[in-house]
Amino acid sequence: MKRFLSGNEAVAWGAWESGVLVAAAYPGTPSTEILETLAPMPNVYAEWSPNEKVALDVAIGAAYAGSRAMAVMKHVGLNVAADSFFYAAMTGMEAGLVIVNADDPFMHSSQNEQDNRRYCKFARVPCLEPTDSQDAHDLVGVALNISEQFDTPVMLRLTTRLSHSSSVVDLEGVRPAPRTEKPTYRIDTTKYVMVPGNARRRHPIVEERLAKIREFAEIFSYNRPELRKLSLGIVSSGVAYQYAREVFPEASILRLGMTYPVPVRMIRDFAARVDRLIVIEELDPFLEEEIRLLGIPVEGKTIFPLCGELDQSIVRESAIRAGLLPASAQTPAVHPDKGELPPRPPILCPGCPHRGVLHVANKLGLVINGDIGCYTLAFLPPLGALHSCGCMGASIGVAHGVAKAGVTQRNVAVLGDSTFFHTGLPALLNVAYNHSNTITIILDNRTTAMTGHQQNPGTGRTLQNAETTPAELEPLVRALGIRRVHTVDSYDLKAVESALKNCLEVDEPAVIISRRECALMPEARKRWVPLRVNADRCNGCGLCFRVGCPAVVRSDQIDSKTGKAKARIDSQLCTGCEVCAQVCARKAILFRAQLAEEEGVE
Amino acid sequence: MTAISFVLAGVGGQGTILASDVLAAVGLAAGHDVKKSEVHGMAQRGGSVTTYVRWADTVYSPLIGPGEADFMLSFEKLEALRYVDLVRPGGTVLVNNYAISPLSVSSGNDSYPLDERIKAVLGAVTEHVFLVPATALAEGLGNVRVNNVVLLGALSYFLSDVPVNAWVQALRERVPARFAELNERAFLLGRDQMSGKA
Repeated sequence: MKRFLSGNEAVAWGAWESGVLVAAAYPGTPSTEILETLAPMPNVYAEWSPNEKVALDVAIGAAYAGSRAMAVMKHVGLNVAADSFFYAAMTGMEAGLVIVNADDPFMHSSQNEQDNRRYCKFARVPCLEPTDSQDAHDLVGVALNISEQFDTPVMLRLTTRLSHSSSVVDLEGVRPAPRTEKPTYRIDTTKYVMVPGNARRRHPIVEERLAKIREFAEIFSYNRPELRKLSLGIVSSGVAYQYAREVFPEASILRLGMTYPVPVRMIRDFAARVDRLIVIEELDPFLEEEIRLLGIPVEGKTIFPLCGELDQSIVRESAIRAGLLPASAQTPAVHPDKGELPPRPPILCPGCPHRGVLHVANKLGLVINGDIGCYTLAFLPPLGALHSCGCMGASIGVAHGVAKAGVTQRNVAVLGDSTFFHTGLPALLNVAYNHSNTITIILDNRTTAMTGHQQNPGTGRTLQNAETTPAELEPLVRALGIRRVHTVDSYDLKAVESALKNCLEVDEPAVIISRRECALMPEARKRWVPLRVNADRCNGCGLCFRVGCPAVVRSDQIDSKTGKAKARIDSQLCTGCEVCAQVCARKAILFRAQLAEEEGVE
Repeated sequence: MTAISFVLAGVGGQGTILASDVLAAVGLAAGHDVKKSEVHGMAQRGGSVTTYVRWADTVYSPLIGPGEADFMLSFEKLEALRYVDLVRPGGTVLVNNYAISPLSVSSGNDSYPLDERIKAVLGAVTEHVFLVPATALAEGLGNVRVNNVVLLGALSYFLSDVPVNAWVQALRERVPARFAELNERAFLLGRDQMSGKA
């Protein structure tokens, strides 16, 4: 049957049809929808693990146990899971293991644009790259077959444009019949216990395996030369192949479905047939370097950009500059003078429970060591309430280091509930054990909001919607050795401020659990009530604008004394969180109770 | 067929994604190869959102570069300005006559471009610029959220090869049943806006 699927949806279908029994992931853009699509399908186990390393260990365990397994993560997730990636490459497994890895060229929603094909070479793991949704679907099963044939994990490398672009997929829509009997766990300590003696025996096997896969690459049907005119030969893979086809319809293209290891003889043969050999690939000159190592003259990053993602216009313009295409190949376009356009960056939503907490911390003059999540967006003006953000779980360790080094200000670590479970836990243990005066604020909004409301260990539900025991933060942080623990309502600015001041009075570790569910959760939406400004009381002082809520806007009314625009609340956007009302010094923004009272009078 | 590329622009929450899904489905129903591309994640938080839809015999790239879009559908005026470079000279621009102030504007640190400037900039790219009161019309129907479908209706007028039924069918498959009739009315209202103008 034919379906119009995104790359991510296609991967989920491919996994289901290939009999993947266990799939594990941590949500991360652009990979999240893969498990969301797979989870409701029948006869498959899928979970959100607390982090990518756990997810990969789970998938490896399932493959050790003789079942096909898949781990899914965004590119930086593989940094977290790298230790497991490497040991799995050493041991191999009893059944197919595919690691679906989504790189993010241009960093649409990431902190870097690392090229994870490097990991494949690093760990001696084959890397497959689809060019569209059909490939993405098909290559899951292919990856599992390769995994089983050669006893190796296999990476399926996607990029944002593959994950989030849709095209037609021809799929079977059927899954192999489930096993009727459980397999027996096969014990093989020399293969699976990676102590030095065993690891030394495994390493040559891994290198021999790589040599065999290199041979296999020569006959792998997804590696194929498309011979057209021979004046120009292009080596390409992934979505870059599509740009190559579009810009150079008449050129010969060597399309590589497996980009590590590369098919050496196929490349030599292709290079010998064409007059000029170039590589079109996103991010690192990975294929270019592999080809250059063969002693074959090739051009790549001298023509096409190293940073950011490609598209057909970038490829076309680069090619014109390099003399590969005539200037007349340029697509006519008009770039009118627009002046400076007001930017529209992603922002904290109206009613976001993080806003008030970060506003208070900033008001107290604290250095805020932040983390990855919606609250990262608080770094933007006018809030300006986040001062460092590196990777998942970094906030607490960084804050501890700042505290140990000593600066004139006090500092806090700020991270969300899901991020705390991800990698915040060991860092908080460190704060308690090695004792710094770090204050950790856990913004517990009862979900994984940034990636679109996924469950996490604190929510009490699993990915497949089974009820489970929610992890309790208060006893958890106490058990780590934190004695000073406050729980506050994120919307109650006085409570937040008094908790922070209480922690600042002492020279010891402290945790503030700031709890309020994300304002976009269905239950929270039911409680939305838009607030209103009493224009008679407002003098346009602008304090409320500093919290940076899109629902608080400048009205057309100018205060006669101050000459400043009075505030107005956009009733389409306001959720009634009352953060602005608490910030207003003139009590000009009416609280819910005041609005209710007014209505009662009327 | 000749290839047709559409760029859709708007603000997170305006229904840009649904509109591009409908556009992709209509292209498929009309027998074209179709690709659609969107960016999720950070864009959900009130940021600017663009999606691309391309119809052709064979579509290679899912993206659209400067000067490559035959049609632009913008659900917000400032976003039309931001992405108009993608439209080919002589292409068609349909803009919802509606402004959503970015935070820097509502807090008074930036000013929203005036209508005259918006028209001048869009007009520098193509003479075929149509301001459609999609949000106002949707409000008239009692649900501002169908502004995206009003604009799709306006677009449909330019794609005369595609039967109205194909659009209505694609819409019905993508909205809850209780909103199907409302969406159909919104679509036809938008389509009517263009007759006589284009």
